[in-house]
Amino acid sequence: MNSTESLPVITYSPVSQMHNPTLLMRTMWQDLKASHELAWRLFRRDMAAQYRQSLFGIFWAFAPPVITSVIFILLQSRSIINFGETDVPYPIYVLVGTVLWQLFVESLNAPLKSVTLAKPLLARINFPREALIVSAFYLVLFNLLIKLAIIAVIFLIFQIQPTWSLLLAPLVIFILLLLGICIGLLLTPLGMLYTDITTALPVVTQLFFFVTPVVYPVPQLFPFSLIATLNPVSPLLVAARDLITKGVITNVGSFLVISGLTIVFIVIAWVIYRVALPIIIERMSA
Amino acid sequence: MSDTLVKIENVSKKFCRNLKRSLWYGVQDLGSELVGRNKFQQNLRREEFWAVKDVSFKLERGETLGLIGHNGAGKTTLLRMLNGLIKPDVGYIEARGRMQALIALGAGFHPILSGRENIYLNASILGISNAEIERRFDEIVDFSGIEEFIDMPVQSYSSGMIVRLGFAVAAHLEPDILLVDEVLAVGDLAFRTKCQVRIQQLRDNGVAIILVSHNLHTVSHICSRAITFEKGKVIYDGDTERAIDAYRASLIKNDESVEEILRAGTGEIKISKLEILDKTDVAQQEFNIGDFVKLRLHYQTCAPVENPVINITMHVLNSYQVTGIRTDMDGLQLGTLEGEGYVDLIIPNLNLLPNIYTMDAIIFHKDGFTFYDRINRIAHLRVKGGLQINGIVYLPHTWGYDAHLVTSQNLSKLPNYEVAK
Repeated sequence: MNSTESLPVITYSPVSQMHNPTLLMRTMWQDLKASHELAWRLFRRDMAAQYRQSLFGIFWAFAPPVITSVIFILLQSRSIINFGETDVPYPIYVLVGTVLWQLFVESLNAPLKSVTLAKPLLARINFPREALIVSAFYLVLFNLLIKLAIIAVIFLIFQIQPTWSLLLAPLVIFILLLLGICIGLLLTPLGMLYTDITTALPVVTQLFFFVTPVVYPVPQLFPFSLIATLNPVSPLLVAARDLITKGVITNVGSFLVISGLTIVFIVIAWVIYRVALPIIIERMSA
Repeated sequence: MSDTLVKIENVSKKFCRNLKRSLWYGVQDLGSELVGRNKFQQNLRREEFWAVKDVSFKLERGETLGLIGHNGAGKTTLLRMLNGLIKPDVGYIEARGRMQALIALGAGFHPILSGRENIYLNASILGISNAEIERRFDEIVDFSGIEEFIDMPVQSYSSGMIVRLGFAVAAHLEPDILLVDEVLAVGDLAFRTKCQVRIQQLRDNGVAIILVSHNLHTVSHICSRAITFEKGKVIYDGDTERAIDAYRASLIKNDESVEEILRAGTGEIKISKLEILDKTDVAQQEFNIGDFVKLRLHYQTCAPVENPVINITMHVLNSYQVTGIRTDMDGLQLGTLEGEGYVDLIIPNLNLLPNIYTMDAIIFHKDGFTFYDRINRIAHLRVKGGLQINGIVYLPHTWGYDAHLVTSQNLSKLPNYEVAK
């Protein structure tokens, strides 16, 4: 046993953690490092649980974007709806778009889902809270791998020549995922208190699907062009799709701004999550 | 050099009775935490109460502290604050070293995964590193005693097996401070003994232990010191036996404030009171082991009642029944009762160990099933002595060693059973 004096000291007091930002940041960083092993275990648990009880397994990861795309491809080709010209063939445009959109939605839902599932654990055990977010992040990365497979298949079917700049695409998609996690994480504290958030989330994402240029080209005319400028998902999604289908980013400016903001906000969301948890656990049953 | 591992200074915590309001306060608290103000902490808002109020104590290395008190007296809340799950509203907590909690056994177990996978998962949640769990894996499986099922999914385990597996993992923690909440109450006797042995080992290694339990037997055996809580406040801190006494006193005090909601029956004959008398027919509440006790049940009838059955039961408050005595079991016919009167139950030797025993009185119809009247918790009887709790029954006994024979017919000759107070 170590001597008592040399043991690390932890203090719990009512003083807001915001009063000591250096300490807060330091413990956050320490816990992030400490949470790696646990996050990996939690991720593997969720994977195993999900696939061991499923007959079709991974098929369900492919199905939703493909089905959505096929619907819009049919609607467009039969001229039931007309979104106007896209600069790449519409099927590619919409397939890549929905795959990216699905990725975004999954990462948006991941933090709240992960934390809600862990409620009983949170109420009883003090483990690094970051682990839940990191494991949600692993889940999102796993989804990304699957979705990249879909994109590869699209490339094969439509015989698109990959360009070197395609290598940049994962980075751009990564930022899109970060944005999803960031918004999801910001909603998590409230979502743990009130079920309204969980209920509203699918409705709001459905709405967002239509105000994001997923299945239609970016509108150029005011006021619809606001969709592309005010909606933070648009620049990232458009940039990722441009890179994949055309090998260039057409909206560099807005893409960079949103990327920067995403990184700033994810730290803010993390701080809020961290500071909020003890207060929220208090309001849940043990 | 100080050996203090835990220091708690004026800690208070409030809770809200109303869920909707509680959630809204949560939002408010979150807001003020984020802007760094501590606006609401000192005062109670509407429908709030202090779940823990002004608690201070210190805990040294190797000390084992029991927290006892009613349900809702604030023990678990205090433990949760110590564990860093929730923040105190007032005061502060300082802890030195690695703090671990034996609170939720098998936390995070997933029913689909095998026992083996769950060991790894659970260990990670409890903060045991992969390398360490790898090294001690066989030891853990061995300790759990369920090797043959280790690759089966946990959903096919019995609840006892899950607890065993959970404890096997938790027992391999190496904390400086260990928090234990009620987990020792589950499982069979052999398992509970195993848990206690493990806790004693940790204590001998210099771990500071805080134990919350309703099982006073466990507390009195493990803890060198205990704190009694009543409505969030500390009412006693010190010697375990005295703390247990204080707890019992608080139980009875709270019990007497309960109105007679525990009364029921058809009412032709009613119980007026139950007197506890000593040898000289004087009402008494405190007795020594082996004393003469007379329980006098007074009744009053509205109509003649034929052959009622009288039943007096004795139990440890909020816990198990000690005994039940019935006239019909003893083959006694009371005949027809009318007007006022009493029935005596004479116990020549009260062979019970020190504790507080509570009585229920029931008068049955002659069928021995339907009741005319019953009053639960009609009286309390206390057997004196500040001794360790070793069970409830005192068996009159004799010791012999080699060729000598020592008798204990005269209780006062036994130094162990001298009355402490």
